[in-house]
Amino acid sequence: MLTTIPSFVWLLLFFVIPTLIVFGIAFHAPSADGGIAPGFTMETWRSISNPNYPAIVWRTIWISAVTTLICVLLSLPCAYAIARMTVKWRAVIAGLIMLPFWTSFIVRVFAWRTLLSPEGFLQRFLVAIGIASEDTILNYNSGAILVVSVYSFLPFAIMPIYTAAEKFDFSLLEAARDLGARSFFAFRKIFLPGVKRGVISAILMVFIPAIGSYVIPDLVGGQDSELIGNKIYQRTFPDRNLPHASALATITGFSVLVPLACVAWWMKRQDEREEKRLAAATERKLRGGAA
Amino acid sequence: MRHSKFCTIVLTLVLIFLYLPVAVLIANSFNMSKYGGEWAGFTLKWYGALFSSSNREIWMAFERSLIIAGTATVASCVLGTTAAIALHRWRGRLQTAHYGMIYTPLVMPEILMGISLLMMFTAIGIGCGMLTIFIAHVTFCVSYVTMTVLARLQDFDDRIIEAAYDLGASPWYAFFKVTLPILLPGIIAGGLLAFTLSIDDFVITFFVTGPGSDTLPLKIYSMIKHSRQMPVINSLSTLMLVFTCVLVAASRFVSNRKQRRVSATRK
Repeated sequence: MLTTIPSFVWLLLFFVIPTLIVFGIAFHAPSADGGIAPGFTMETWRSISNPNYPAIVWRTIWISAVTTLICVLLSLPCAYAIARMTVKWRAVIAGLIMLPFWTSFIVRVFAWRTLLSPEGFLQRFLVAIGIASEDTILNYNSGAILVVSVYSFLPFAIMPIYTAAEKFDFSLLEAARDLGARSFFAFRKIFLPGVKRGVISAILMVFIPAIGSYVIPDLVGGQDSELIGNKIYQRTFPDRNLPHASALATITGFSVLVPLACVAWWMKRQDEREEKRLAAATERKLRGGAA
Repeated sequence: MRHSKFCTIVLTLVLIFLYLPVAVLIANSFNMSKYGGEWAGFTLKWYGALFSSSNREIWMAFERSLIIAGTATVASCVLGTTAAIALHRWRGRLQTAHYGMIYTPLVMPEILMGISLLMMFTAIGIGCGMLTIFIAHVTFCVSYVTMTVLARLQDFDDRIIEAAYDLGASPWYAFFKVTLPILLPGIIAGGLLAFTLSIDDFVITFFVTGPGSDTLPLKIYSMIKHSRQMPVINSLSTLMLVFTCVLVAASRFVSNRKQRRVSATRK
């Protein structure tokens, strides 16, 4: 039992209690010196519901959802292609996909900032092939946030789907095609359900960091594409309004916990169904044997 | 076969997408042009500038990063290993709560942990600096180490501990001579993960840092923010990339060789 103590105490002190403190501070008023005034108040929550904040919350959720969708849509064909390779190639490609993860995150966002800048490589390229004009602005908007978010979180979506695809029995697809199913139909009806669990963890692995994103909107986003993360920083440091920052952090926490709870509930239900089906099948078999 | 081809094309484009910014960054670190829009000739001057005395702060930040990552890795390995052993051996309400505490930080956005620690440090009046960064890093690394060691414990045969006891080993002796050597690969893997997470962390560190204790990612960030010496960041990043690639390749090589040796002895 002694081995429980160190980690339990550490996380209680530095994870559980601080989280509760944040929740508590959201019900206090800020004091004049940038601290927290005593006494319970709902004032913070009332001022949070002014039109400015919901727009930011909504934008954050929207950008995170689109990022997640694009990541999953790109990951499915990638995972499929990798899983069909020889074992040696699989290791090489999986290594190449994970390698950027081992390099500095801030450096990768910086690389995109240079790439998207008006004097940057991408702008010149797009002008040269006639897609963009000289005065198109690639940087400092929601589009830039989306591209860089997809770039940063894509490996986290590919890996779980690939792990699921590796265990998938590809002869099932051939069987479906022999029975006359069209390629895309077979992909949707057989491959997709086969890697379902991988897709769910991919969704969580992308959506959660996207919701709390700070660096990406700060470095490639603009004035009118602020996300919750920027607001939390702004309220904490330049404005020194800790109750506001706490309320925003609480909202962020709930926008992660709600989808997470839904997924956990859904997985549990799936497991129970599967178990029931197995039990029913076993029972049928036993009865058949008895007869 | 048709969609097989389609999938390969998507995979190729994704790989280009993943490596394009990195390639441009490396190319720009050798580029004469300050803004890196076009190629103005090969140069090594940005590397020279990186090692000049005017950029001593970068190296000091790097040193702080190494100190924090090193100490946080050791501390989180100890906490993570004891946590994994407890979770593996015991069941019950306490361990359910314990598991919840280990698991939740993995699914919490980083910014929440950053702000909650800052609020607590402010509330109890601890000034932010190296100590608070160390505490924050240990807190987010523990969960990763625990999960890695726990995975290793899953194939652990508890009977060998009983065998050690039967042969007269004391609990301490059994732990250091039997349990620890078996868990070591898991602990090392968890420690490596903790080290890379700690040395690369920006958001949490950003919230709990104090005057004069900026780590390397924070230093790079402030250089980007103030648009100072962009080409020097390119050269620094290129060196970091090379360093990580060598490290990853080396760890792959070591584990491959070990595996080959193991399969050879089995034959």
